[in-house]
Formats: sequence, structure tokens, C-alpha cells
Amino acid sequence: MDLLTGLLTGFATAFTPLHLALAILGCVLGTLVGALPGLGPSNGVAILVPLAFSLGLDATATLILLTSVYYGAMYGGRISSILLAIPGDEPALMTILDGHPMARAGRAGEALALSGLASFVGGVLATAGLVLLAPLLARFALLFGPAEYFALYVLAFATLGGLAARNPMKALFAAALGLALALVGYDTTTGIPRYTFGLVELYEGIDFLVAIVGLFALSEVFLFVEKGLRELPHPGRLGRIFVRLSTLRQSLGAMFRGTGIGFLAGVLPGAGASLGSFLAYMLEKRVSDRAGTFGRGDPRGVAAPEAGNNAAAGGALVPMLTLGVPGSGTTAVLLAVLMALDITPGPLLFEQRPEVVWGLVAALFFANLVLLALNLPLVGLFVQLLRVPPRYLMPLVAMVSFVGIHAISNNPFDLQLMIGFGVLGWVLRKLEVPLVPIILGILLGNEMEDNLRRALLIADGDWTVLWRSPLAVGLWTVAVLGFFGPMLVGPWLRRRRARLLEGRG
Amino acid sequence: MLWSTRRMLLAGALAAVLATPAGAFEPSGVECIAPANPGGGWDFTCRQVGRALQELGIVKEPVRVTNMAGGGGGVAFAYVVTKRNKDDNLLVAASTATVTRLAQGAYVDMRADMVRWIGTVGADYGVIAVAADSPIKTLGDLMEALKTRPQEVAIAGGSAFGGWDHLKVLIAAKAAGIEDVTKIKYVAYKGGGEAMTALLGGHVQAFSGDISETVGFIEAGQVRVLAVLAPERLPGKLADIPTAREQGVDAIGANWRGFYAPGGMSDEAYGFWVEAIRQVYQSELWQQVMAQSGLMPFALYGQELEAFVRQQSADIAALSREIGLIK
Repeated sequence: MDLLTGLLTGFATAFTPLHLALAILGCVLGTLVGALPGLGPSNGVAILVPLAFSLGLDATATLILLTSVYYGAMYGGRISSILLAIPGDEPALMTILDGHPMARAGRAGEALALSGLASFVGGVLATAGLVLLAPLLARFALLFGPAEYFALYVLAFATLGGLAARNPMKALFAAALGLALALVGYDTTTGIPRYTFGLVELYEGIDFLVAIVGLFALSEVFLFVEKGLRELPHPGRLGRIFVRLSTLRQSLGAMFRGTGIGFLAGVLPGAGASLGSFLAYMLEKRVSDRAGTFGRGDPRGVAAPEAGNNAAAGGALVPMLTLGVPGSGTTAVLLAVLMALDITPGPLLFEQRPEVVWGLVAALFFANLVLLALNLPLVGLFVQLLRVPPRYLMPLVAMVSFVGIHAISNNPFDLQLMIGFGVLGWVLRKLEVPLVPIILGILLGNEMEDNLRRALLIADGDWTVLWRSPLAVGLWTVAVLGFFGPMLVGPWLRRRRARLLEGRG
Repeated sequence: MLWSTRRMLLAGALAAVLATPAGAFEPSGVECIAPANPGGGWDFTCRQVGRALQELGIVKEPVRVTNMAGGGGGVAFAYVVTKRNKDDNLLVAASTATVTRLAQGAYVDMRADMVRWIGTVGADYGVIAVAADSPIKTLGDLMEALKTRPQEVAIAGGSAFGGWDHLKVLIAAKAAGIEDVTKIKYVAYKGGGEAMTALLGGHVQAFSGDISETVGFIEAGQVRVLAVLAPERLPGKLADIPTAREQGVDAIGANWRGFYAPGGMSDEAYGFWVEAIRQVYQSELWQQVMAQSGLMPFALYGQELEAFVRQQSADIAALSREIGLIK
């Protein structure tokens, strides 16, 4: 299918009243999730997964809802960054640097409007980038045999710690835990059950939706029960929500540069939106900060990271859809949802389920429009919603989790397992162990093992099969670079970021 | 008088159609358990048959479909045996996969005779295929290769080791006179689509799957189907594909779809459901559903199906023992 017919199919799929309503709902919920400090995009999507399943939505509808939430969270994160100097989620951290000073100077409305526009530019251009790049990558489909897939999964794990991870050892531990959990269930290569303890419920392995909802959503509830209320300070007056033409003209370059570098950061497996916004800010400071105004409320310092994190969100969908390797934590959750819907992301997705891919792309364009509307004229509403105390929110999260998981399996065992994962997530969060590698381990562990064994089975146990093709060699090279590179560059990058944040105000 | 005569006629007609003893079982609050997530084959069976039962007037209220995923159908099986054993209004979707797993002891402590097998609503027949440019031209070529140089032929399928796609290859190999089937290299994939990709990419030499998974690729000219494991040639545009039988390999691989009911179901209710499913299968409506979904004819009811399941179960157990999957 060529690009144009693909897009047309997509718009035809997406533009049904149900899909549009879901996109709007997703955008509203996503903005809210992003704006509320503590609830990040991966948690937000994880919480809404059971909702989608209990509504009985089909694959396309579920994807539209969840990616709207994902994009919405990227828009929403900036609101509390600018107004309260508390990042709504990690990618919005950089927006504090110049956004909050603007707010204190009485230009809160302008900062919100400008960052909304920058988010829009980043989001739309990145979606366009997805349209161009994804089918190109998908064309390599048939080159991927078991050996190449194995190398690809190793690559995903190698780059997992990424540049943003605080403690690579904890990330490694989390990945190992996930891989260990993936061993549960019957082994496809021999047909023999492993670690099922005679429980028929564990025969097909641990359902990753149960794990995700437990780890992300329920642990959030437990943390809340433990820590209690955290009242947010009053955001203060917004001023007019309006961007002066001169400010816009000044920031346009920052938006485009931010988009470019953010998109690239997103496409790299394992890097994600936090890196996107960070690199965008750094680049812009290097290019534009001649008068030393950055960090004191320079609009370009707001526009660049916001365009960057939204572009990264779109970029992260590229490896997820074409190779089945998530580019960020949130796309890992989306990948789990796809697999639960019986859709195998990867090279063949574009051929076998074009309506899903192109419907998603069309919905993303639409979501960006909705988000622009929500985030310019209606941003005041979200500021009010920020003041909704979590004591109303958290019981709702718990309820949706239980109802949703029960709707999937009708089996109390899964609910108990979910609570178990909730407790595990709560403990791990207190130990500052990242949760995303666990999910990746559960998600990709089986595939990684199966492909290794397929490759060896076909080659009669000859290990050299793993690096016999040029594609496999290329993947191994990137994996090695991706594993050791961040160890060298990472600490430096993190120091720079810490210094910038400290030096503020 | 006229009224009561009409009512008698009507009752008589109904009794004749359903062939149940007078004053017998009356269905109410019927539930169909699909032992998997929404979207798969079992879910399809429950929903389509449930709809047909209501449209044909066999049941009055809609059939409630419950998804109960887990254990490859084992969670639902154990649930029915232990919690719903006497329920007269419960049907559970089943297929060859159900029998395979029961025969291999994958449903812990469960056996096929713990439930009552009702009837089938069609089947998907097995195929063995190679890429269009493969040097292997006939089923005979493939069997010859498997006999003389098994290490050079990897066969991909969409089920686990010992699963249905694997067993079909073994059934055919046995029928072709290959003594030692343990040498056959079967590469397990997560589904028919992935296995087909491996074939098209040249990573394996042959493919074992069901006809429904293969149709699109046959039309695109990308694969050559060596044989369909059906008793006779399939209807319509698939009539060009030779059966294994006509090539001298007497192997049938039918992935049937149907239902079982709780083991403690009353004889009246069992009789009612056997006739109800038979009636659905024979209806005009169901012929359309089969045509749309690519299901092929396959009809066994009541005692016939019970006997068939026993036989299939024994065959699968014997093969599984031979490849070392069970002891």
C-alpha cells in the first residue's frame, strides 16, 4: 500500500463518531494525567488499559484512546511545570527552567500558550515523520530471521538503561527480574511447563496486562495510601492566554530545532521523551542564548523542550510499530496492549493490519488538533482540575484497575496476581528501582528466548548463525554501542542537567 | 378449540424439530464460555453460534458470552468441572486444541471424559506448504526429504512443540511411512502469521498451518500448498489443491470447532443441545457464516463426537509419547 492510499484508509477508519469521541476523551484524560504531578504518561496509559478492555473496544479504538492519552500527557506535563515549578511528568522537567520564570514575571498565560503551540508543532511534525519513516523501516520485514530478531531484542535491552537512568545497576536488576518472570509458563520450543507450580492459571505465563496494571496503577494507589494528601500550592493568576506575534516569530526556529532533535531521540530505542526535551533545550541554549537570557524566562527556552518532548513521543512510536521494540516506557505499555489484542507489532504489521497502523496515524493528527484546542482556550480548566484532591482520584484508579482486569479474565486468580504486582511495584518504587525494564523483560523475554532457540534449532546448534548476516552484525554493533555509550556520556549529561536545574532562580 | 389445536400442532412441530422428549428441557439464561480473550477462534465460535441460536428461535433470550482466558483453555475447563458441573444452560467453545491439551495432560488433573461433548460447527483443515520458488514440488518430495535428510528441512508452524501444527506434520510423516519422526525439525512460532513470515523470508523450508491462514498467500502466488489434510478436495477456488490422500499419504488433520458441556448435565438438556447445535449447523444462516469465515464442513454430534474425541485423544497421546512430550 502506498503512502497516500494508506493515509486515506487511515482517515476513513479514524473518522467515525466513536473513534473521534475516544480521541477527545483520551486527550482530556491524558492532559490531566500529564498535568498532575506524580502521574506520568506510562502510569496514565497503564491505568486506562483496563478501562479500554472493560469497554470492550476493538483494536483500533483501543489504540486511538491510549495514544491520545499518551500525546495528551506530553502536552499536559508542562502546565504544572510552568505554574508551580513542579514537573507534571519527567519530560516536562526542562520546561521549568524558562517557563516558571515567565510565570513569575506575570506571563504565565503567554508561556502556556507558547508551549501549547510548540507542543503542537512538535507533535504534528513527528507524526508526519512517523508516516514517512515507518513504512521505510517496515520494508526490511522479511530480512528479519530468528537470529536478527534475537540481536534486535538484545539491542533493546542493551539500550534500555539509556541516558536518563540514574542507576544502571538498578535498571539491570529490574530487567533481570522481568526476564525471570517471563520464564513462567509453558515453553513453546519443548512444550513443557516451567515454574507453573501445577497452577493451570500460569500455564500461558504471566499476563502482562495484569503485571502492568499492578505495577503502575495499583502501586500508585498504595503510595498514596501511605503518604496521604499532597495539596498543591495555588497556581496564581494566569494572565492572558495569548502569544505575541513577535514572541512567536522569535521562537519559531526553536520549535523546529527542538522537533528535529526530539524526534531523533525518540526513534532511538530506549531513550524516550525525557532525553528529547533535554537535548532540545541544550541545543537551543547553544544556538540562541547570546544575551544570557536562558533560565530567566526566555520564550525560546519554553518552546524548544516542549516541541522536543512531543516530537520524541511520536518518534518513539516508530521502532515500536515497525520492529516491536519500544522506544520509551510508555510505548512499552502500548506494546503490551497491542500484543494482548492479538496484534503482533513488527515488520509485518503494515502489511497485515494496515487499518490499525493508518487509523492510528490519522487519529494522532486529529489528537494534536484536539489538544491544541484544549490547551489554548481551555487551559484554565485544567489549571482548576489540578486542584482536584487525589482522595477522589485514587479510589477511581483502584476501581478501574479491578473492574478492568476482571473483565478480561473473569478469574479471581488474576486479581490476586495484580495485587501481588501492586505490592511489588510499591516496594520497588521505594527502592527507586525503575519499573519499565521489568515490563520490557516480561514482554520481550519470551520472544528473545524463542528466537535464540529457533535460530539454533534451524542451524543445528551452530552459534555462529547469530552473526552471519550483515543485518545481524549491524544490530550487534548498535547494541554494544548502546550499552557502553551511555556509561561514558550519561554521567556527564546528568551532571549538566542537574547543574542547570540547581542554578535556576 | 381451534386455538388449542394450533397450539398442539405447534408444540408437535417443535418437538419434531428438536427431537426432544415431550415436556423436556427448556433453556433459560444460557451462557457460553469462550476460554480465551476476545478476538480469537473460541470467542468467535461462542458469539456466532450464540447469535444463530437466538435468530433461529432455539433460545429466546440472547446467549451471554463470558471470556475466561488462561491456561490455553484449562482455566475454563477446570472451572466448569469443579464449579458448574450440573449446569444445564452452559456451553463451552472447544476445538482440536482442547483435545490436544487434554490428551497431553496440560489441563492439570483434567480428562476429556469429565465433560459431555455436544457437537461441531465446522472445521479448518491442515495444509503443508512451501515457498513458491522452492525445489520441493510435491508432498512426496517433502516426505522423501524428511526421510533421507531431515536436518536440512525446517518446518515452521504457529503452535508450540507438540501443538496441533506440529502434530499434523507428524501424522502425515507417519502415514508416509517415516518410522523415526523425532528427527523432524519443527520450529515453533507464536502464530500462523509469524510462521508464514519465516517461510517467505526463506528462514525455514516448509510451513504447517490451517487453510484459513494460508488463503491470502495462495492468492498472492507466494506459496505452493503441497497438500491439504482433508478427506476430499475443498470446494470453490481451493479445489486445485491436492489432498494428501490422493498423493498416497492417508492423513487427515481437521481442526474442528464445537462445544462441550458440563459432565453432570442432565440427559434431557444434553439431548436438547445436541439437536440445537445440529440445527444451527444445518441452517442457511450458518452456511453463510461458514462461507464468510472460511470454515469447512465437519459435522459430528452427541455419541459420534464423544467417540471421535476419544479416538483423537488416543492418537495424540500416542504421538506425544513418541516425541517424548509425555511419558
